[in-house]
Amino acid sequence: MVFVSGALISFFWTPYNIETLAIPQRLQTPTAAHWLGTDQLGRDIVSMIMMGARTSIAVALLAVGIGIGLGVPLGLIAAARRGSMLDEAIMRGNDLIFAFPSLVIAILITAVFGAGATNAIIAIGIFNIPVFARVTRGAALSFWSRDFILAARVAGKSPARISIEHILPNIANLLIVQSTIQFSLGILAEAALSYIGLGAQPPTASWGRMLADAQTLASIAPHVALVPGLAIVFTVLGLNLMGDGLRDLLDPRIRVART
Amino acid sequence: MIRYMIGRVTSLCLSLVVASLVIFTVVEIVPGDPAAYMLGVNARPDTIAALRTELGLDLPTVQRYFAWISGLVQGDFGISYTYRTPVAQMVADRIAVSLPLALLALAITVAIAFPAGIYAASHRGRAGDLGVMGATQLGIAVPNFWFAMILVLIFAIKLRWVSAGGFPGWNAGVLKGLTALILPAIALALPQAAILTRVMRSSLLDMLNEDFIRTARAKGLSKRQALWRHAVRNALIPVLTIIGLQFSFLLAGGIVIEQVFFLPGMGRLIFQAISSRDLIVVESVVMLLVASVIGVNFAVDLAYAAVDPRLRTRS
Amino acid sequence: MSLLRISNLFLSIAQIPILHEISLDIAPGEIVAITGESGSGKSMTALATIGLLPESAVVDGQIELEGTNLLKLTEPEMCTVRGARIGMVFQEPMTALNPVQTIGAQVAETILQHESISRSEAFTRARAVLNRVGLPEDRFPLTRYPHELSGGQRQRVVIAMAIALRPRLLIADEPTTALDVTTQARILDLLKDLARDFGMGLMIITHDLAVVAGMADRIAVMQNGRIVETGPTEQLFSNMKHPYTRALFEASAHKVDLPPAPPPEPLLAVRNVVRRYRQPRSRLFGTRPEINAVDDVSFTLHHGERLGLVGESGCGKSTLTRAILGLEPVQGGSITVDGAPVWAGLRPNMEVRRKMQVVFQDPYSSFNPRHRVERLVAEPFFLLPDPPRGEAREARVAEALVAVGLKASDANRYIHEFSGGQRQRIAIARALINDPTLIVFDEAVSALDVSVRAQCLDLIADLCRLRPLSYLFISHDLSVVRSITDRVMVMQAGAIVEQGPTEQVFANPKHPYTQTLLAAAPKLPDIKKMNHAS
Repeated sequence: MVFVSGALISFFWTPYNIETLAIPQRLQTPTAAHWLGTDQLGRDIVSMIMMGARTSIAVALLAVGIGIGLGVPLGLIAAARRGSMLDEAIMRGNDLIFAFPSLVIAILITAVFGAGATNAIIAIGIFNIPVFARVTRGAALSFWSRDFILAARVAGKSPARISIEHILPNIANLLIVQSTIQFSLGILAEAALSYIGLGAQPPTASWGRMLADAQTLASIAPHVALVPGLAIVFTVLGLNLMGDGLRDLLDPRIRVART
Repeated sequence: MIRYMIGRVTSLCLSLVVASLVIFTVVEIVPGDPAAYMLGVNARPDTIAALRTELGLDLPTVQRYFAWISGLVQGDFGISYTYRTPVAQMVADRIAVSLPLALLALAITVAIAFPAGIYAASHRGRAGDLGVMGATQLGIAVPNFWFAMILVLIFAIKLRWVSAGGFPGWNAGVLKGLTALILPAIALALPQAAILTRVMRSSLLDMLNEDFIRTARAKGLSKRQALWRHAVRNALIPVLTIIGLQFSFLLAGGIVIEQVFFLPGMGRLIFQAISSRDLIVVESVVMLLVASVIGVNFAVDLAYAAVDPRLRTRS
Repeated sequence: MSLLRISNLFLSIAQIPILHEISLDIAPGEIVAITGESGSGKSMTALATIGLLPESAVVDGQIELEGTNLLKLTEPEMCTVRGARIGMVFQEPMTALNPVQTIGAQVAETILQHESISRSEAFTRARAVLNRVGLPEDRFPLTRYPHELSGGQRQRVVIAMAIALRPRLLIADEPTTALDVTTQARILDLLKDLARDFGMGLMIITHDLAVVAGMADRIAVMQNGRIVETGPTEQLFSNMKHPYTRALFEASAHKVDLPPAPPPEPLLAVRNVVRRYRQPRSRLFGTRPEINAVDDVSFTLHHGERLGLVGESGCGKSTLTRAILGLEPVQGGSITVDGAPVWAGLRPNMEVRRKMQVVFQDPYSSFNPRHRVERLVAEPFFLLPDPPRGEAREARVAEALVAVGLKASDANRYIHEFSGGQRQRIAIARALINDPTLIVFDEAVSALDVSVRAQCLDLIADLCRLRPLSYLFISHDLSVVRSITDRVMVMQAGAIVEQGPTEQVFANPKHPYTQTLLAAAPKLPDIKKMNHAS
């Protein structure tokens, strides 16, 4: 939550401008003026973390958006046409994308279009598609076998209409929970990509790049390496715990009714 | 069983073909002429043309695809555009680092996750379980490359137990090689171990709710016996799927970890190739990575059949 | 001396009282049935006896097996009792066996768990036990896996595991509820035989009074966690003291009053219908074999007629239902309603769909849990070219709810606020809202407790009196079909083997399969006859 609000504030204000370099003040340990110290170019780390949060959140959010936007409809279609050639084709396509780890996709995209934050979004987004497609299909299938779907068919509703009217609201909880998981994975993946230089490029601040810059300095200024890492850990931890909380909240499920 | 095998082999071949098509097409659309790029800005057009002929770039697309594929199948990965050495040799050198790294990491993952998962499931809701689950939450949240940096900071820089990076080569002795890989493997493995522990635990808990566990208990088995004799093997089925997926993460994730430890693996090769636009290397290395992921998933499918008799006889 | 003596047993789970003052004796070789509706505590009594209660359970009282109080034993001591001195058989044979172990290994495990003998010796004995329960070695080698067996065969394996060490007491919790009636009869015979042969006490838990009547020496009737009446079977049936026992008995033998059917005028005409499924290839390059799930079926349902369809699982009745409702296309023949085909070319015919509605078996999965009753009941309006809106819609929903005995205000509630019986009423309201000419009841009362089932059947009969209702009533339960239909069809392996007026078919079955079905069905004793005799 702290990082999200930090990211929001950064649109209006950061303690220091991260594009101004202040070499004389480089590698300071935390002081009153610079709460978390400065990096090798004298930039304020608090400001960098805030701007980095913005990059991470934006990349992860858009990547989840791609995953939901394409994966959920594909999963719904596959479930509605279970057992058909179309279902088979969608699922085989999913398996194929699974064979390309997001890092490999990022490498391919970078090889073709050059590096940039967009690559990270696309690479992570593509990776998210089969994840959402599978979760959607699996959950949708368990509903397709229920009698109320049969009742809707007897009432003359088309598979598309049933998918939207009956299936989607029932699997929405699951998708929300999956989204928080993919969101936190996206933040991790974005950090990894920028760390190896396939993600956001300078001067855009990114947690992964901050770590890459800090690596050579780790022995002289460990705090420069610690802070962005902890930022990632806390963000992801917070998101995962939120996901778990959401699941418990949204999913008292039929289990209660059954026992 | 035979039918199941044939089905799997068919889908393996099909995946490989489609994957190779995808990779080839992506690399095809790259703007710019590799030959021109290799020779620099001042090259004369006829030199470029000669190089294009030498590299086979003037052939039609379809023919080049088949040339590439038939080369791959025979172990001929082509000639690097920049280094002018066979790609196969370059790749082989790097695999000698990357593959052991991934395998070592996988071994560590499984070695941690199985006992931890089983322990947590059998102590469900008690302090031990909560401790394991808390640790896995943390493990999942830690980026592996940052964790690697911390490990370097502690074990290499502060304690000086191991060197901070680099790889002495297998010629320096297997032990020396393994020592250089142990920190990277741990860094790579821990987050995956956290995930696998959770999967193992929840899969076991699902099994413990099954009717056949109650039947086993009614035979006089204790809870522990029922868990080991009946739940574990059934729980392995979903766990295997995750292990398959994880191996691909470990292979690819190795690229990142190699950067932290300055290991001369596939990752380094691919970055050099990207920056020098050595596309044939990129193409081949990516294909190799993807092929190994598909291969691992194939192995997982076979492992299913070993664990689950229902697959062997399903007709 | 009694083998098992339960005295003053109290049980609560998570502070909620489940059992009160249960006392029950079982003698060696005696078959004692515990019966009652769902939630009466009969399964919990069984689980308490074998010591497999959930962890949050608190027990008080005594359960003595041959003089030892089982409740005083430690968990490791209890493990030596389970399997050796008490065996247990559960309801669901499809999931009771470990799918990745052979049946031989699973039966041998019971023996190896309690006796220190060699593996090969244990397997030899497992073989003998499997032979005893009716799984001969030429057809059922020890190396078979559970998925290669049918439900009835799996239940025999479970029984083999439970009796391998000739326990003093065998507990069977709804052992045949998940099975077809002919299989049920054979499994019940096997259990009875085993109890007599081994001099073993048998505690059988069942909701089905007819099953109880056919095999138990003594009966205990449970309601809300108490035993309300207990006694020797014949005595208890001929002289029922407790009102609940009487109510249960009457509901089980419930007869409804159907008004006479109007003169025949064809409504639904099914002619030579064939529904084929393709099987996966059995050999690599072989052709895919096809099975006819519905094979050349013809029948007519008249306006105002109540037609029954009975058959065991897998006989094709569900497939036929789906074909009639127009949910799946057929490969041959025709289905028409008032002369119009259910399928118009490749698309379902909406004109015909409008005239049909359906009530499903499971009251829990029949409704979208996220919609209010109002929206659920009004769903068939989607079929109308000009559906009612606003107040007209509300009025129609209210009318349908009132017709099935619910309140108009129930329209604003969610489905989870209703009990199983109420849900089935809502399902009927949904089926009635468009005033369909034909309703299909697909096992519509099979999941309900007997008393609720009786009320639902009365409701259907009442509706028939109010308006001429034509329906197809599909069920595996012969006694229900007998009371609620005018005419009945018997289906076996995709074909209709016999059809005719219900009473005639039941009283004088012609086809051998119908005869088998009727003979296998457990029957309630005729009280009047019993009273005369005594």
